[in-house]
Amino acid sequence: MQIKNEICVDFLSRMENVAFARLTVAAFLLAEDPTLEELGDIKTAVSEAVTNAIVHGYRAATGTVRMRARLGAEGDVEIEIVDNGCGIADIAQARKPFFSGDGGERAGMGFLVMESFMDSVEVESAPGEGTMVRMRKRLGAAQTAAARA
Amino acid sequence: MLAYRLRGGDLIVTLSGELDQLSADGARREVDALIAEYRPRRLVLEVGHLEFMDSSGIGMVIGRYKVMRRSGGSVAVRGARGAVEKVFALSGLYEIVERLA
Ligand SMILES: Nc1ncnc2c1ncn2[C@@H]1O[C@H](COP(=O)(O)OP(=O)(O)OP(=O)(O)O)[C@@H](O)[C@H]1O
Ligand SMILES: [Mg+2]
Repeated sequence: MQIKNEICVDFLSRMENVAFARLTVAAFLLAEDPTLEELGDIKTAVSEAVTNAIVHGYRAATGTVRMRARLGAEGDVEIEIVDNGCGIADIAQARKPFFSGDGGERAGMGFLVMESFMDSVEVESAPGEGTMVRMRKRLGAAQTAAARA
Repeated sequence: MLAYRLRGGDLIVTLSGELDQLSADGARREVDALIAEYRPRRLVLEVGHLEFMDSSGIGMVIGRYKVMRRSGGSVAVRGARGAVEKVFALSGLYEIVERLA
């Protein structure tokens, strides 16, 4: 991917920073003139990954979440959300729709949202070392398909 | 942000702004307090003014569904649109929660 623009933001694992993260990504992408649906999809996916980093990765502790967003020359977007929290022992199980490793009131839908709203999702994680979620989406894919048809 | 009114056996709660983990915790507490106070037969969540919602919002609705079910009551959702409706539709929630026009 030929990189046209990139941002990298570190923030504390505080719940109010979830909104900060999704609004920052939206602002970063605005110059690309994304559709409302694309913007909604990406904001929701970022919200899921950052919430997971804070709620599951760090739990009661405070740590740093890193968000890196890259924009490619073709309108391809790549977003990484990284925490140095507890990590995930069984990634396949964690990614299963409606699975939640949390006893609380959780739908277990975070990964399902990320996978449905983005083109691809990669997860790298190890217990005790933290988690990296990398998501990609090509902007303008709907218009390109419509123009071809 | 949350407003409510009562009509018949319905407790109608209007949610607006953004429903994520941060705001879902507050909404959960407020709605549960209203349910305990008014004992409605049905909880109607009006979400037409909700600008954003992620899976934390779905968890909140499922939780209120469980609370209402304990007293034989039900939950309905009205007015979801755009990105919010996309999350509702993906969740399969409309199989247990009535979707009002
Ligand atoms: N960054 C992370 N660090 C540690 N564990 C994680 C992380 N992200 C996800 N998990 C684990 O994967 C599970 C599934 O995550 P997912 O977001 O799909 O559901 P959830 O967070 O439990 O519920 P919801 O997102 O619907 O509120 C989590 O319950 C948690 O056990
Ligand atoms: Mg989650």
